[in-house]
Amino acid sequence: MFDKMIYLDNSASTRLDEKVLDAMKPYYFDTYAVATSEFGYSMGIDAKEGLEQARGVIASSLGATADEIVFTSGDTESSNMAIKGVCAALKKKKGQHLIVSKIEDFPVLNTAKNLEKQGWEVDYIAVNADGIADLEELKGKIRDDTVLVSIQHANQEIGTLQDMDAIALICKEKDVLLHTDATHSYMRSPMDVSKTPVDLITMSAHTIHGPRGVGALYVRKGTPLEKWMDGGYQESNRRGGLENIPGAVGFAKAVELVSQKENEFLSSLRDYTIKRVFEEIPHVTLNGSKNQRTPHNANITFHYVEGESMTLHLDMRGFAVSTGSACFSRSLEASHVILGIGGDHERAHGSIRFTFGRYNSMQDVDAVVDAIKEIVSQLRAISPLYNK
Amino acid sequence: MKFPYTEKVLEHFKNPRNVGKMENPDGKGLEGSPACGDMVAVYLQVNPETQVIEDIKFESYGCASNIATASIITELAKGKTIDEAKNITWQQATEELGGLPPVKAHCSVLAVEGLRASIRDYEEKHGLVSEKEVTTPDVVRSRLKHVMNPMAGLDIIRTELVTKIDVNDGIVRILLDLPSNHQFAAAIKEDILEKVESLWDVTEVNVVFTE
Repeated sequence: MFDKMIYLDNSASTRLDEKVLDAMKPYYFDTYAVATSEFGYSMGIDAKEGLEQARGVIASSLGATADEIVFTSGDTESSNMAIKGVCAALKKKKGQHLIVSKIEDFPVLNTAKNLEKQGWEVDYIAVNADGIADLEELKGKIRDDTVLVSIQHANQEIGTLQDMDAIALICKEKDVLLHTDATHSYMRSPMDVSKTPVDLITMSAHTIHGPRGVGALYVRKGTPLEKWMDGGYQESNRRGGLENIPGAVGFAKAVELVSQKENEFLSSLRDYTIKRVFEEIPHVTLNGSKNQRTPHNANITFHYVEGESMTLHLDMRGFAVSTGSACFSRSLEASHVILGIGGDHERAHGSIRFTFGRYNSMQDVDAVVDAIKEIVSQLRAISPLYNK
Repeated sequence: MKFPYTEKVLEHFKNPRNVGKMENPDGKGLEGSPACGDMVAVYLQVNPETQVIEDIKFESYGCASNIATASIITELAKGKTIDEAKNITWQQATEELGGLPPVKAHCSVLAVEGLRASIRDYEEKHGLVSEKEVTTPDVVRSRLKHVMNPMAGLDIIRTELVTKIDVNDGIVRILLDLPSNHQFAAAIKEDILEKVESLWDVTEVNVVFTE
């Protein structure tokens, strides 16, 4: 039917870079021992060295120090660790109040809901039409017993970037810890903890052409964090379980491979997609902020048509994208993000997320826009909502 | 390539039959709403002598299952009398398509309802219906047979998800054997409200989950 799949769902996950795999291989076949202390055996000492080098790479990518990085199994674990860890550590001392935004991804959102069931009070901060958190509301909601604010850096669906400097400043003034889920912005939109006083940052490798099953949590020195998962004393007794050294090494390699130039290229793909769609297809809405946006995300609603129909037609022509339509989701619910930015079910129903990565090209954008143009007009022709 | 649909579903999705608007239809049905998701419009042209559906068209604002079911329904209904067409079930349509994923049942049932609504519209316009029926638990139960359980692909009555139905002064209370934090709780509730709130003498619908 077609030669190759054009993959435009890079926020879901990415293709692994061969150079990452090459960097990981020695830790599967040569230096496969567990990380030992300096009193262990040579292979274990070498493995430990690989792990610590990787930690150093992640740390310097954020302007942090190596001992502030904890390797995890991915962003879900990182966010659970951050929120549950801080909440457990400060529950007796400070209280049981937590603040998150309404458009968080599920690791943060469902952790908050779970804590709510255990008696925690949670405030869900609203966002404006662009997806930007209401900072006045945030200021007003922080109380003496607030233990943590968790607001994402970039949104998983619409790519909106929050002003972390402003959020961090508010939290510092009110003396509350701040966690941010940076899964969808890490290495794509800059973050420097020596300038922005965030206390905890969730990161993941698989969104930047690294391996799956590995992520990290940045924990600012001195941040109270109780261990939330019982196990051994690895990761300076912050995360039990055998270290995923090949994963950590692959993660570090993936970080090294991201360049400013690449991010500029991704933003040119994004801008070109938006430009062509808006010039050539009527009745479309951009979801998310025009300017405060990750370089690799374009999310557009094509009104009067349904998302799963579009993605299936696109799939049959060899394109992979995703949609916020209820028909596409595991819970049959419309995207809480689109609803959160004030959109209705109709806007979620026809939304398509294009997310770009290293292996995409301008030709891919041209091909997908050409295809979607045809598909949308075909589906609008049979839509009872569209006035032909 | 791997698709969750049968060849026949994909074929009807790609090349839907009998699509489009009909000018001056004898009966017209519109089911679903853009607020909740999918929407189907069905248009009929009926021979007043024989009551045979001579032409039928549909429009869909919906997903693949919705489009494919609406398409097959129009093929099944064309040439049948309105009484025969009334009895076309969602199961028949699904079988005709070679099956549908359970989670998609609620999208496809809408097409059947669109057909029934268009027949009802025809009957109302042509003086073929009796007086309005008062809502009883049994009426609610029959409406709930059109709400699908996405886990099973069958309706929530047959899968015994509904444990109790009370009707009191226009207020309907429906008890479900499902926790409120279930993956599909919100979707099922929305579907129930859509089906029951539209009954002419119902003023309020409460869906109660277990906890």
